[in-house]
Amino acid sequence: MNKVRSATRTTIAAHAVLITYTLIALFPVFVIVINSFKDRRAIFRDPLGLPNEETFSLIGYETVLKQGDFFLYFQNSMIVTVVSLTLILLFGAMAAFALAEYRFKGNRLMGLYLALGIMIPIRIGTVAILEMMVSTGLVNTLTALILVYTAQGLPLAVFILSEFMKGVSDDLKNAGRIDGLSEYKIFFRLVLPLVRPAMATVAVFNMIPIWNDLWFPLILAPAEEVKTLTLGSQVFIGQFVTDWNAVLSALSMAILPVMVLYVIFSRQLIRGITSGAVK
Amino acid sequence: MTALKLENVNKSFGSVHVLKDINLTVEDGEFTVFVGPSGCGKSTLLRVIAGLEDASSGTVTIGGDVVNAVPPAKRGIAMVFQSYALYPHLTVKGNMGLGLKQEGQPKAVIDERVSKAAKMLDLEKYIDRRPSELSGGQRQRVAIGRAIVREPKLFLFDEPLSNLDASLRMNTRIEIAELHRTLSASMIYVTHDQIEAMTLADKIVVLRDGRIEQVGSPMELYNNPANRFVAGFLGAPSMNFLERSVLGLPEGETIGIRPEHLALSDKGQIAGKVTHVERLGGDTNLLVTTDAGETLTVRVFGQDPTEVGAKVQLAFDPANAFYFNAAQERIFDKAA
Repeated sequence: MNKVRSATRTTIAAHAVLITYTLIALFPVFVIVINSFKDRRAIFRDPLGLPNEETFSLIGYETVLKQGDFFLYFQNSMIVTVVSLTLILLFGAMAAFALAEYRFKGNRLMGLYLALGIMIPIRIGTVAILEMMVSTGLVNTLTALILVYTAQGLPLAVFILSEFMKGVSDDLKNAGRIDGLSEYKIFFRLVLPLVRPAMATVAVFNMIPIWNDLWFPLILAPAEEVKTLTLGSQVFIGQFVTDWNAVLSALSMAILPVMVLYVIFSRQLIRGITSGAVK
Repeated sequence: MTALKLENVNKSFGSVHVLKDINLTVEDGEFTVFVGPSGCGKSTLLRVIAGLEDASSGTVTIGGDVVNAVPPAKRGIAMVFQSYALYPHLTVKGNMGLGLKQEGQPKAVIDERVSKAAKMLDLEKYIDRRPSELSGGQRQRVAIGRAIVREPKLFLFDEPLSNLDASLRMNTRIEIAELHRTLSASMIYVTHDQIEAMTLADKIVVLRDGRIEQVGSPMELYNNPANRFVAGFLGAPSMNFLERSVLGLPEGETIGIRPEHLALSDKGQIAGKVTHVERLGGDTNLLVTTDAGETLTVRVFGQDPTEVGAKVQLAFDPANAFYFNAAQERIFDKAA
């Protein structure tokens, strides 16, 4: 009986900690969302108050949507994020498989070289990257952003995934070889599904910084037709006047797609954990 | 026809020489067991035969064809792994049929062979389940079924029973033996368990440190071990080796006596004190420390009343004893 009671107490304590953390983490998001539905005066007079009949206003959303190109920005951000993630996961997993699976000269050196990128911020190379993009004619294209983000994400992806791939049973891969599966099929059909939790982790880690990045869109693709959402929202933030309604509305809407992607990946993560229970 | 022939096979990983000059022939229909302590190279040898590792030198011949440069899938072999290694995303049927599908066999042939194997292994009820929904024993049977449907020239088993619990291990052992009788296929089986080796094998290959120590039928090796290592490795409880307790033994020589060849007697050659008793019901194992300070095991058939601490005399027939020189090689002319 005592044991049961203390177990309940531990559970309550654990949940209390988790709920507190959740509240702290969600609070800024909550403030952004509620204020995006209020008029400008209400935002400043009572920033924490919920919108009521008097203060409710969609003016922010109207401004943002009237700005016209908002959906284009949205689409640009989505394309850049999804394509970059796909490339990071595909190439990262392939490199990780090679490093984990094959014995060749310089294997460890190659692994270290690929992991080096984790420690060197890619922004240091901004000038060189810009020069490269100018001479290849990729400035003001989404391709420029996708290439940079893929390069930025690969080191960590290779590092995390190769550790996980080493954990995949050799017997399983060998069974595939004896059954006549090609190395590609072994990689795509046997190994990738088993490292799905790691893939989801890498995807989530890479998704947020790419979606939120302002630096590279500003430098490499500032043109109207290739602006990303984060860059597009900057028009509402002026040196002297900031249209808070519009900024908050834009931010609120920017949350949605990331949330959808996150839900997809986190479900993969859970499914990966449960289906990996083989042996 | 010989199922497998290994000639001067060597394997090195970097500077580590794992397999040293292996020569071996496996006849058609023979059940061959590779046995040895862990790290002796038996699994590596199996992987070289399977083509999962390349031999550093020497030739591997399967069913008359030199296969050194042939990929695993085309060698005419099938392998059963210790960890089952079933494809988690496929059903039992899919697992068993994948190899045939890759070979490009028509669907009718695949279905027929899979259902035949499922029937043989009593897996018909589970044919549409995934590996995660099966017990350990069932998974190992699926793995065996996956090997059977390929109808290979040579079956390879890599410690297939190590992950099963004791009772299941014995049942599966019997199933494998029956399978060998039904299919009369050539099989190579790797294990570190000498009981599996003794009970399953037509031919045992004892390996140590990457070398073949001795090859022969189980009883040949048991009755006529070539050296102290083989003598000590086969048989449970293992053979007793004495240097000091028996009078008249030249310096450096060892006498080996199996536990069942020692008997309690009033006027035995060895005197000692019982330090531990294991009563198994069918027989009793006595651990005896001799007056010369060596410990040996005595296997007494039936139930024996001897208690710990008792002074005993042990007798043996010199004809049943084995003599080994300082280099641990057997001295043959001495027995008698």
